[in-house]
Amino acid sequence: MGQTILEKIIQAHSADAVRPGSVVWMSLDVRSARDFGGPNVVKHYEREYGEARPDPEHTFFTFDLCAPACTLKYADNQQICRDFARKHGLTVFDVDRGIGSHVLIEEGLAGPNTTVVGTDSHMNILGAVGCFGQGMGDVDIAFAFRTGRTWFEVPPTIKVVFKGRPSSAATAKDLALFVLQKLGTRDLANAAVEFEGDAVRDLTLSGRITFCSLVTEMAGIIGFVPEHAPALKDEIKALTGRDFDPFRADKDASYERIIELDASGLPPLIAEPPSPSHVREVRELRGTRIDTAFIGSCTNGRLEDFAAAARLLKGRRIAPDVTLKIVPTTRRVTEELLRTGILQTLFDAGAIVVNAGCGGCADGHTGLTGRGEVQVSTANRNFPGKQGKGSTYLASPAVAAASALAGAVALPEDVR
Amino acid sequence: MSQTHFEGRAWVLLDKQGRLIEDIDTDQIFHNAHLHITETAQMGGYALGNLEGWKDFPSKAGPGDILVAGRNFGAGSSRQQAVDCFAALGVAAILAPSFGAIYFRNAVNSGFPVLKAPALEERVREGKILSGDILRVDGTKGEAAVPSRGVVFALEPLSRVQTDILRAGNLFLFGKSRPGS
Ligand code: SF4
Repeated sequence: MGQTILEKIIQAHSADAVRPGSVVWMSLDVRSARDFGGPNVVKHYEREYGEARPDPEHTFFTFDLCAPACTLKYADNQQICRDFARKHGLTVFDVDRGIGSHVLIEEGLAGPNTTVVGTDSHMNILGAVGCFGQGMGDVDIAFAFRTGRTWFEVPPTIKVVFKGRPSSAATAKDLALFVLQKLGTRDLANAAVEFEGDAVRDLTLSGRITFCSLVTEMAGIIGFVPEHAPALKDEIKALTGRDFDPFRADKDASYERIIELDASGLPPLIAEPPSPSHVREVRELRGTRIDTAFIGSCTNGRLEDFAAAARLLKGRRIAPDVTLKIVPTTRRVTEELLRTGILQTLFDAGAIVVNAGCGGCADGHTGLTGRGEVQVSTANRNFPGKQGKGSTYLASPAVAAASALAGAVALPEDVR
Repeated sequence: MSQTHFEGRAWVLLDKQGRLIEDIDTDQIFHNAHLHITETAQMGGYALGNLEGWKDFPSKAGPGDILVAGRNFGAGSSRQQAVDCFAALGVAAILAPSFGAIYFRNAVNSGFPVLKAPALEERVREGKILSGDILRVDGTKGEAAVPSRGVVFALEPLSRVQTDILRAGNLFLFGKSRPGS
């Protein structure tokens, strides 16, 4: 019987027969740990394996959660990882580099058909480049550091086919929120997903990253977008230096379900607290007063995302009582922002620009919302407490920028 | 009692309307503000520390208790603390209709029993499992019971890997017991 994309990737890394429901051992091309999880990985590793050396070709640390460390505890924890890495000759992508999953893409370490694990639940973002990325806990990762393998229960694959074309105002974020609105956390739970159709085929790399990152919120294992425009190959090659040649599913591959979603005329959407699946049209919430806008996170922190914001912010000032936080995903994105002048545009509009990383999304180097504070965020989660004690609405960079200008939830078309 | 058979007092995670709370994510279980904590013993005090109505859980829970939760328990981040905080309190097991995938792995790998109980929502709706009830769980057979109410319901039996790792104690011990794995 034929295999789906995920089944093929796992099969290429396993001697066991790969079919949905089977538990297999698979080899891991990249095992990584970040600055949370990382110290615990080191602790488990040293307790269990003593002085044994992890394979430096495949084992990495990425610091992104608190970069640079803004508490002594984080500083200590990062140093525990650095010391361990130095002792064993492992590479650390340190606090100057950015969000681990993105750095792994930029470094060409997380390419198509590879298997990558890390202590980051959004590792499945790597589905955007045809890689089987998985977030795992620190016990799993310590074991992977030593053995280069992990056990995995092969999930069923579901195919989601988009019909129709979204409106020109809709972005990859809106499309992902649309899936969350329609399918919530139930329909794709614990499944791999292959997304097809006009609405996703033309997504750029940054759009795919946005889209695939929210598969975590859909409770899915990983999402792939097998169809792509020829330009995507060039874009990925230019960024990573690697050829982009991802597996395609066999014609007779078996899917647990095929779900059709009609995305015709899709407008910009927004997720209300307390859950990414509480999705409404931006139009319905227009005028809701905000205190803060945050553009960044692994979901929406690439050049294109800031360019979309800058188009609206150019020559304008954000509302006087609003704070706009800008946090690029990686140092490379910051470089591009500098080179293209976008950083200047954002700064002149009144934005605060912060070092690359997870700041603004988790309790790290950018600060979170306070009680009663209302925020429009481009991140992926608005669970209670995730981005602070205030209320977080999730939307695209264009909606976040328009809202920062208006001082209230707004549509890009409201900016005049 | 073993790693696959339990008897203990149930804590049923209900909201104010008396429904099982779904999609409890790891920030509600163990908030990201405490991620710098690496000592398991210190984690217990933060368990469910960000879940409305359940913030006093650490002071109520005792060793051997069994947590009964709603669908998609442990969604969200990969933090191991969200499992370890319950182990630190001596909680014996968690029953839920389904779990976040990473959460489930983390629990299995650290030798902490998590059991999928598809029928849980219905039994709770019928008022047949309440906090304080004594729950009896047979993970191998795939069965749970509330003897005082004469209620029995099915669990998904533990998978082979899960059973093996639980029996070994954790993933590390399991790995060392089978160098080929
Ligand atoms: S930006 Fe947020 S969701 Fe993404 S990896 Fe960082 S903390 Fe996780």
